[in-house]
Amino acid sequence: MVKHDVTTRRYFLGLAGGAAVTGFVPIVTIRPADATPAMQAAAIRDVVGAAVVRTGKVKLDIPPLVENGNTVPMTVSVASPMTSEDHVKSIHVFNEKNPQPNIGNFVLGPRAGRAQVSTRIRLADSQKITAIAHLSDGSFWSVSVDVVVTLAACTEEVI
Amino acid sequence: MAALINVPPRAKRGDIIEIKTLMSHIMETGYRRTADGAVVPRDILTSFSCRYNGDEIFRADLFPAVAANPFISFFTVATESGTFEFEWIGDRGFSATAKAAITVE
Repeated sequence: MVKHDVTTRRYFLGLAGGAAVTGFVPIVTIRPADATPAMQAAAIRDVVGAAVVRTGKVKLDIPPLVENGNTVPMTVSVASPMTSEDHVKSIHVFNEKNPQPNIGNFVLGPRAGRAQVSTRIRLADSQKITAIAHLSDGSFWSVSVDVVVTLAACTEEVI
Repeated sequence: MAALINVPPRAKRGDIIEIKTLMSHIMETGYRRTADGAVVPRDILTSFSCRYNGDEIFRADLFPAVAANPFISFFTVATESGTFEFEWIGDRGFSATAKAAITVE
């Protein structure tokens, strides 16, 4: 067995003492910067541009309490007749607190018949999920759902 | 590189049918670290598309927030007999395709 001198308790205590003396506290854990509600807003702006996003028409089915954030089933459906004159062009899903604000973009059209998409997602924290639908008349509709997560995904250590 | 596809084998013309797809893939986020602190590089599927007799009927852009072994389900109107072609594209040159046939009467 190789002995690592630098990881002994005495060395660590010395380091901690030194840090206390100089007033510098070493940061032990380094995590990537998480997305923030501001980043989510920016990502939404990228998709909708200057258009007004109204609330309604969209339904987001996701469990309100999630034990394991690694696979969370999610279904987005939009109330739309799905005709060539009036249909959903795309559905976009965003999160607030994963490392990245995007979850997925789904492009459909009048041939879909029903504006509904299901997938499984990862959630790094309890947060608000937002789904936005882009309709053929150019309008955007959204819905937001709060989800509580007990075991986070995305940033855990690889064993 | 295995795909699971669920398409009804036959449908009536005009029926709305559900298509379910699953591709086995690790979807490594690029945000995880090993015990040594090294970042595990990102390896995800970035796009999925479905063509019905050559016409694209569904497309998805995927992000690290999509769970491992991406499952995607969506709907389409059964218009004519033919084939559905599915394609997944990902990091590190990943590309996979699958096909499913449907009889419309």
